[in-house]
Amino acid sequence: MDYKKILLRFGEVGLKGKNRAFFIRALAANVRRALAPLGSGFSVSTPYGRIFVDLPGPDCLEAVIPALGRVFGLVSYSPVAQAELTMEGIQAAALEELRAGGLPQTFRVSARRSLKSFALNSMEINRELGGFLLENCPGLQVDLHQPQRVVNVEVRPEGAYVFSRVYPGAGGLPVGVTGKGVLLLSGGIDSPVAGWLAMKRGIALEALYFDTPPFTSPRALAKVEKLAKILAQWAPVNLHVVNFTPVQRSLLERVPEDLTITVMRRFMFRVAQALARREGALALITGESAGQVASQTLESMLVINEVVSLPVLRPVVALDKVEIMDQARKIGTYDVSIEPFPDCCALFVSPHPKTRPTLAQAARAEESLDVQDLVAQALAGLETRLIKSP
Amino acid sequence: MEKVYLDNAATTPLHPGVLAAMTEALSMYANPSSLHALGLEAEKMVEGARAELADLLEVAPENLVFTSGGTEANNLALKGFLARSQRRGLLVTSEIEHPSVLEVFAELKSQGWEVCRLPVDSQGRVQLSALEAALKRPVQLVSLMAVNNETGSIQPLAQAVDLVRARQPRAAIHTDAVQALGKIPFAPARLGVDFASVSAHKIHGPKGVGALYLSRRDRLFPLLQGGGQEGGLRSGTENVPGIVGFGRAARELLADPEEKRARVAALRQRFLAGIEGLPCRVISPGDGAPHILAVSFPGFRGEVLLQALSGLGVYVSTGAACSGKKGGLSQVARAMGLDREVAEGLLRFSFSWLNTEAEIDYAGESVKKVLADLAFVRGRRS
Repeated sequence: MDYKKILLRFGEVGLKGKNRAFFIRALAANVRRALAPLGSGFSVSTPYGRIFVDLPGPDCLEAVIPALGRVFGLVSYSPVAQAELTMEGIQAAALEELRAGGLPQTFRVSARRSLKSFALNSMEINRELGGFLLENCPGLQVDLHQPQRVVNVEVRPEGAYVFSRVYPGAGGLPVGVTGKGVLLLSGGIDSPVAGWLAMKRGIALEALYFDTPPFTSPRALAKVEKLAKILAQWAPVNLHVVNFTPVQRSLLERVPEDLTITVMRRFMFRVAQALARREGALALITGESAGQVASQTLESMLVINEVVSLPVLRPVVALDKVEIMDQARKIGTYDVSIEPFPDCCALFVSPHPKTRPTLAQAARAEESLDVQDLVAQALAGLETRLIKSP
Repeated sequence: MEKVYLDNAATTPLHPGVLAAMTEALSMYANPSSLHALGLEAEKMVEGARAELADLLEVAPENLVFTSGGTEANNLALKGFLARSQRRGLLVTSEIEHPSVLEVFAELKSQGWEVCRLPVDSQGRVQLSALEAALKRPVQLVSLMAVNNETGSIQPLAQAVDLVRARQPRAAIHTDAVQALGKIPFAPARLGVDFASVSAHKIHGPKGVGALYLSRRDRLFPLLQGGGQEGGLRSGTENVPGIVGFGRAARELLADPEEKRARVAALRQRFLAGIEGLPCRVISPGDGAPHILAVSFPGFRGEVLLQALSGLGVYVSTGAACSGKKGGLSQVARAMGLDREVAEGLLRFSFSWLNTEAEIDYAGESVKKVLADLAFVRGRRS
């Protein structure tokens, strides 16, 4: 079957009232970006509030289908055959469509007519086309309730469309429409999943990695780059790398051992918020999961959260580790995350960190530190690269 | 100073002469097995290289088989020999062999062979008393490395060969001489071993080429079946440019082997003088191979020092580079009975005659600077 068009469906974006045009524009732009690596010749258009992809040739469908599956905001999509605006034209296209994927045993027709001047109404098209297909396909049966295939027909002013294959989309919202967020990205399992979930809700990622040379190897950074590259399969990611060693050193020298992790996380949040302000991001995103480690108890979260005023999104806060791992496997970050290069948390963590730190303890622990200066230093040495995939 | 490469036990940079010879050889596309004139020319290039390597090893060219490297040479010797032997006696090796020997024995053990791994002393040398004890029973094969890759300790191979020949004359002897070639006097035929593995990229030759010396050609079953190259012992079209590079690298060493060894020893001594007074402990034995210097900086972690030195453009290893990524304590350090703190602080500096005095001085200064910069973590968990 020689498809020339793909019809894209979006759910939630359609519900957003006055923002509808903005959402559709963003979604179309994201679709264009997702298809760009596959070559030129794709045309994305948005007639009458719908999105169509015009394909440059018949062979590209195999690559286009999975690429569209990584565009957040799409609910589903279907390759469609365009037919002449006559019943004969529709019948011919429908027959070919039905045969294309291997003839099913049962089917039904579902027609919609927005071109009111068309000779037949929806019910009549259903009946007429159903009869035609039964006649031409021996053994085929109609099943109105649980058909193996539904032959959809849309009769519109610009033409008639026939399709029967529906691919599920990634759901969510078009990346970018919700705004930007700073993702605290480590080499671990949780933070890439958190980033992916945030992206799913339309948040463009400014990922931030805290590098601690020479305590971590360049391979740990390479691993984070790999993770960012995987996330970038859904939307481009800015990866910011900050040299965190001076902060770590100050903490090691001046902060009581059982509070280093708490204070370290406070500094990470401060640096992340400063970056967010610079980049126009409106939230921080972390891979924290309630109770998973010492710094992720509610007491710790309270004390760590205190140093920032931006909302801190924790998309995996209520997931069990195994659930996060499952999600990481689905996204494809799991195998990279478990590569054995320890991140800085693993090296600097105390054997007995406080699980219930208090605000007063944290404040006291930071008394001898020049907080602003340390944050400014960290930010000054920031390196940024745009990660695209592929 | 931009780059000081002191990881020559992991691999060595190509010698410019080798690069030139290989560049030329890359244009020689003919298959040495082809019968036409071009094929003959390619064959002559391979045989020329074999003769040069044979000269360096003081053996006959027909006793050398080219392989893809030291790992394949080790695998070919051990598995190839056992595949042709009828008896099933004890297999003897040591605790400090390269993984390409240890892992082969681990596999053989899982297939039902009995394997004895000899312990080493505090200097990293195989204990001959343990070998004597092992030789009380029928022994099939003994494999002992010539020079250890992590400490440079020279193994008592000559005495080991004498012991084996006296007690178990039917046993075959293999030595992994990858770290010995060009670093210490090494002549397998005179030594009396049956098999010896060597590799090109440890002597400023290319990666992807090694060789196995064998005293007799009829004692091995090949790992690879195919076109019957290398007298049937290593099928596969010859890696002509690589082999040419190996030959050229061997010729480079033949020129003045003793001078080069003395130069490396002097560089090592210079480096040691440079780091004198620092809180470190030399682990390599004083009479070890000149190109390897294992030093521990107790209280620091080797991989942190390594990365800090890397940041200054000085490239070294912790244990062996092959296992460096896996983490955990080195097998050799454990076998030598080093304290955990000493083992964790291990760095391996390895030298080449191509290093300069200025590089050595810079490296020494860099070690000093790094230790000062990182003094704040000394003795802490990190």
